[in-house]
Amino acid sequence: MSERRIFEHPILDFDRGYEFYFDFEGKKIKAYEGETIASALYADGLRKFTESKKLERPRGFFCAIGKCSSCLMSVDGRPNIRTCVTLAEEGMEVERHGPKAEFPQTDVGRGGERKKEEIEIAVIGGGPAGLMASIVAARNGSEVHLFDEGDDLGGQLVKQTHQFFGSHQEDAGTRGIDIGKELLEEARDVGVEIHNGSKVLGYYPEKKITIESDGRLEIYDSQGIVYAGGAVENYLSFENNDLPGVYGAGGVQTLMNEEGIVPGEKVLMIGSGNVGLIVGYQLLQAGVNVVEIIEALPEIGGYQVHASKIRRAGVPIRASHTIKKAIGDEKVEGAVVQKIDENWNPVKGTEREVECDVICLAVGLSPDTGFLRQADCEMDYVPELGGFVPLRTEDMMTTQRGIYVAGDAAGIEEATVAALEGKIAGAAIYEELHEETEDTRRSKEEAKEGLDKMRKGPYGEVPKQGVKTCTVDEEVCG
Amino acid sequence: MTTVVCRCEDLTEEDIVEAIEEGYDELETLKRHLRLGMGPCQGKACLLLARRILRRETGKDVEEMKEPTARPPSRPVPFSLLASPDEGGEDDD
Repeated sequence: MSERRIFEHPILDFDRGYEFYFDFEGKKIKAYEGETIASALYADGLRKFTESKKLERPRGFFCAIGKCSSCLMSVDGRPNIRTCVTLAEEGMEVERHGPKAEFPQTDVGRGGERKKEEIEIAVIGGGPAGLMASIVAARNGSEVHLFDEGDDLGGQLVKQTHQFFGSHQEDAGTRGIDIGKELLEEARDVGVEIHNGSKVLGYYPEKKITIESDGRLEIYDSQGIVYAGGAVENYLSFENNDLPGVYGAGGVQTLMNEEGIVPGEKVLMIGSGNVGLIVGYQLLQAGVNVVEIIEALPEIGGYQVHASKIRRAGVPIRASHTIKKAIGDEKVEGAVVQKIDENWNPVKGTEREVECDVICLAVGLSPDTGFLRQADCEMDYVPELGGFVPLRTEDMMTTQRGIYVAGDAAGIEEATVAALEGKIAGAAIYEELHEETEDTRRSKEEAKEGLDKMRKGPYGEVPKQGVKTCTVDEEVCG
Repeated sequence: MTTVVCRCEDLTEEDIVEAIEEGYDELETLKRHLRLGMGPCQGKACLLLARRILRRETGKDVEEMKEPTARPPSRPVPFSLLASPDEGGEDDD
């Protein structure tokens, strides 16, 4: 079996810790310090992680970030552990339990003591929006607590090996991973209290949030909240769309750019927006063969500069194409693609089999707004921004006074926009709780100018219209 | 032939279409009838696909299909966490 771990990469350095072994159903599995259980198993070649609950279909590695239900296994006698976000440990005993785990036979322990604390500002989500909001509020003097469910902050920036361009001069030419690191460093410098590995469980009035961290319940009573929880990946309907080997582009990036493991040998990419093109290129960088990229629209969705790089590498991009089905019993062994006409109807006689072991879905994102809906923030359907988004003021306040939103959770745009919205939210929440300062005034002004610039040009017109329809006056806010 | 809409609750496109024909033609009623979106991921993948099917089958606007009510906890938690004692407090069992 060939090595699935990446040891040489043109941009990334995988600094692996010491090597050890754990037990998986009687087999010794190699892992490196810092690797998740799911990654180590994937690197060993395991594809079927569990079985679905009614249809008993094989399910494998899927979201890679602890959101779905496809990697639940028993770890040291505890059932239903999300192995994609649980670090492997030496001597651990891991086994699959399928859809119905037995009642734990061992003492699974008790929760630790719960922690209760009053805080000033809670920022949820440590991507560019949350980091920027935290930085601005904290540098003006607020006590800011930033919560992120991952071990590493930076949001999706930590997976971006490409250089940003865009018109925002500060970030142009810098790689996403480096922007993330710089923002995190700045947040630490201005005294933001960073809580990683902190999973938000819910919102309770008045501005109370509950968090799970390290097996412990934490309850924070806050005076103001900035929600920057990002987005979830869109799923796609086609026959056998649940086979192990069908992954979201985010899952592929996590596996490849964070864990340093290649997802497979031959990838069919669905979607030619910027995410599809960029992840396609990252796969090539990692030495993986991208068989082709297909796009349902009659033209390529992403920037020409990304598309050209892909084409130069010899990967065909086919517009007006869709996937009809995935082939395989236990895992993806191929796919059937076909042409579609302008009304999205399949064109007869154009079906074609593609040889691949991974089908990567890059078919858009939707704002992750569950938390805001728990807080009764009013939502509106804005297709230009990726679906249902919270109504917000120009200062990024939702219809609930004191609850702000920034980044993809407010509407799907890109990282620079997220950071600018975070800057506005951070300044505005400080002003609401204290007063306007020279810095908050300037931050808001600069960020709003920056947003205007970003939302110009051929790619900016769509989000610009979207933002217009969901921006409300402050009087609407409760 | 299986096209999955809700991975957690194992619901296929056929299940959704059948339920719509039986009269469960809103996200909220589909949720109550089929547990659509009530599994560990809390509707992160299925709601978008279910909306598309609803639009196709009923002709309704997506705008009318608000997300079902969201309640904490947003993700599965062990009972031991919810039943944990206060910091420094007395354990009352």
